[in-house]
Amino acid sequence: MYLAPPPDRGAKPSDPVPRLRETDGMTTETKKSGGDSRARGMVSAAARGLGLALVALPGAVLCFTLTLVSVALIPIGVGIVTTPWVLTGVRAFADWRRLLAAQWCGVRIPSAYRPIPEGANPWTRTFGMLGDPATWRDLRWLPVDMTAGFVTALLPAVLVLYPLEGFALAAGLWRVFTDATGGTYWYLFVPITGQVTAVVAGVLGAVLLVFAHFFTTRLLHAHFRLTRAVLAANQGELSERVRVLTETRRDAVDTSAAELRRIERDLHDGAQARLVAMGMDLGTIEMLLDKNPEQAKQLLAQARKSSADALAELRDLVRGIHPPVLAERGLGDAVRALALRLPIATEVNVELPGRAEAPVESAAYFAVSEVLTNAVKHADAERIWVDLHHADTMLRVSITDNGKGGARIGAGSGLAGVERRLGTFDGVLAVSSPAGGPTMVTMEIPCALS
Amino acid sequence: MRVVLAEDLFLLRDGLVRLLEAHDFEIAAAVETGPELARALAELEPDVAVVDVRLPPTHTDEGLQCALQARRDRPGLPVLVLSQHVEQLYARELLADGTGGVGYLLKDRVFDAAQFVDAVRRVAAGGTAMDPQVIQQLLSRRAADDQPLGRLTPRELEVLEQMAQGRSNAAIAGKLVVTERAIAKHTANIFAKLGLEVSDDDNRRVLAVLAYLDHGR
Repeated sequence: MYLAPPPDRGAKPSDPVPRLRETDGMTTETKKSGGDSRARGMVSAAARGLGLALVALPGAVLCFTLTLVSVALIPIGVGIVTTPWVLTGVRAFADWRRLLAAQWCGVRIPSAYRPIPEGANPWTRTFGMLGDPATWRDLRWLPVDMTAGFVTALLPAVLVLYPLEGFALAAGLWRVFTDATGGTYWYLFVPITGQVTAVVAGVLGAVLLVFAHFFTTRLLHAHFRLTRAVLAANQGELSERVRVLTETRRDAVDTSAAELRRIERDLHDGAQARLVAMGMDLGTIEMLLDKNPEQAKQLLAQARKSSADALAELRDLVRGIHPPVLAERGLGDAVRALALRLPIATEVNVELPGRAEAPVESAAYFAVSEVLTNAVKHADAERIWVDLHHADTMLRVSITDNGKGGARIGAGSGLAGVERRLGTFDGVLAVSSPAGGPTMVTMEIPCALS
Repeated sequence: MRVVLAEDLFLLRDGLVRLLEAHDFEIAAAVETGPELARALAELEPDVAVVDVRLPPTHTDEGLQCALQARRDRPGLPVLVLSQHVEQLYARELLADGTGGVGYLLKDRVFDAAQFVDAVRRVAAGGTAMDPQVIQQLLSRRAADDQPLGRLTPRELEVLEQMAQGRSNAAIAGKLVVTERAIAKHTANIFAKLGLEVSDDDNRRVLAVLAYLDHGR
């Protein structure tokens, strides 16, 4: 189950904010309809296609040639130095196309280059890059881009401009064209011989324009789909996923090891020490019972206090490991109980039809707890609102306060820890906290409720 | 006085049975699971139930749910709930029906046998026994001025805090080292400020505690 990225979401899992925005972009996109905007779409697709074709062809040829030359020069040593530069250029070129694909047509082409270590020598860089399957995919893509890619990019422009020529012919300019060629001038499959055929060319142009009206945007889309087919790593998403999983697994192991160390220390310094003291007191009491009953009584009171203190410490420790209310009632009531303990008035709104898995509940609880602690400590807020609900296989939690804002992920804040904790469950964290407030922290964790 | 006792840990159950029997309580039943408790409460009609929040088979809040259900079936059934941890959330649920006869204590309170037995008796008589920790949690939150509790003086809050733990006027007077009449005056003021009508005094005390627990909600 961990391998499947959340449905309908192409963005990288490590990239929470664009993912949230992406859905907004899609809704505005679908709102655009009607002839006027389609005409505008046709013209812009044609212009974009034309620009793209004009830049892409020389770019692809240049990249391809330079790469071939540079790789050929490796045996004599020069290539070792030039290849990393050239390949970096190729990657930039490919990344630029990825960007255009996403911006113009919403086609996402994942980029999956292996990271090259900083400050590596040219030898490692060259062979590191040449050993990367993504490099070879780029090189396979370049010839495709300068041929099929060029044609599909140019086609929208042709579809829009060619009808204009038909209109020009029909308007009487056919004379100029036939004179210039000195024979029969062909408009598509119509030989222009006089005004009548010129008008036929004009009508044909109109038909073509209608066709363009419906298909130019799709053609540009097709261009990027072609680009994706060649350029996208079929393993790209998987390897990205593997990278994220490795990272979050390491974080999870680190966090739990640190937690265990803390618990061990707390037990050692707290409850364990108190029990030792209690045992010693009891031993002394046993000795004093006959000799000095008065003092024995005093020590008994002390032993009882030690046991009460040990219990209190254990209770706090248990709350830190897994709060009892969470085990007994689940996330909603645990957060309610947590809110009741806060010194700031907190409104909790829960809409959870069931319970999530215990580890998810625990992660969400401690994330909420950390965010609330932050709000109490730093936000200077008068009120906090917590909202928990489950929709579209996502547990969504938002915490808003009317404090002074300025909260950020990182910068030593606990929010980075929250992000790491949630990362283990593919959860994401987004913070909106302009200076002056209000602060809104949103978390999303994919999970099913039972 | 007949007691139904529900506690899943053998040692604690055994200890409680001996403690209560030593103080002249009659143990009608000492059970260890939720369903057993529900049956005992329905069939044996005890004078008071002493119940652990967490019981088998689910080890969640079965004991509390059984107690709440039994009080719905038989309003005012005295219930003393014991737990390893106390939560305002649970205290509120127990007090919500406003009929009294409710106790909610940490298990640690069993250490002090005299106080614990006193708490059981008080609950059986229709009073309340809230753990000092519940009260402490409340004090950590500042009272907003627009709430009824915000109008109480610090001294009146102190008296209310003692009241919430289930102490009588005489006991509160002893604790705060003032005369019982002074306390009676404070309690009258508290009831007036919280808008509680003159009626059965015990019931008003429960309602005052409930208002206390509700503050800051």
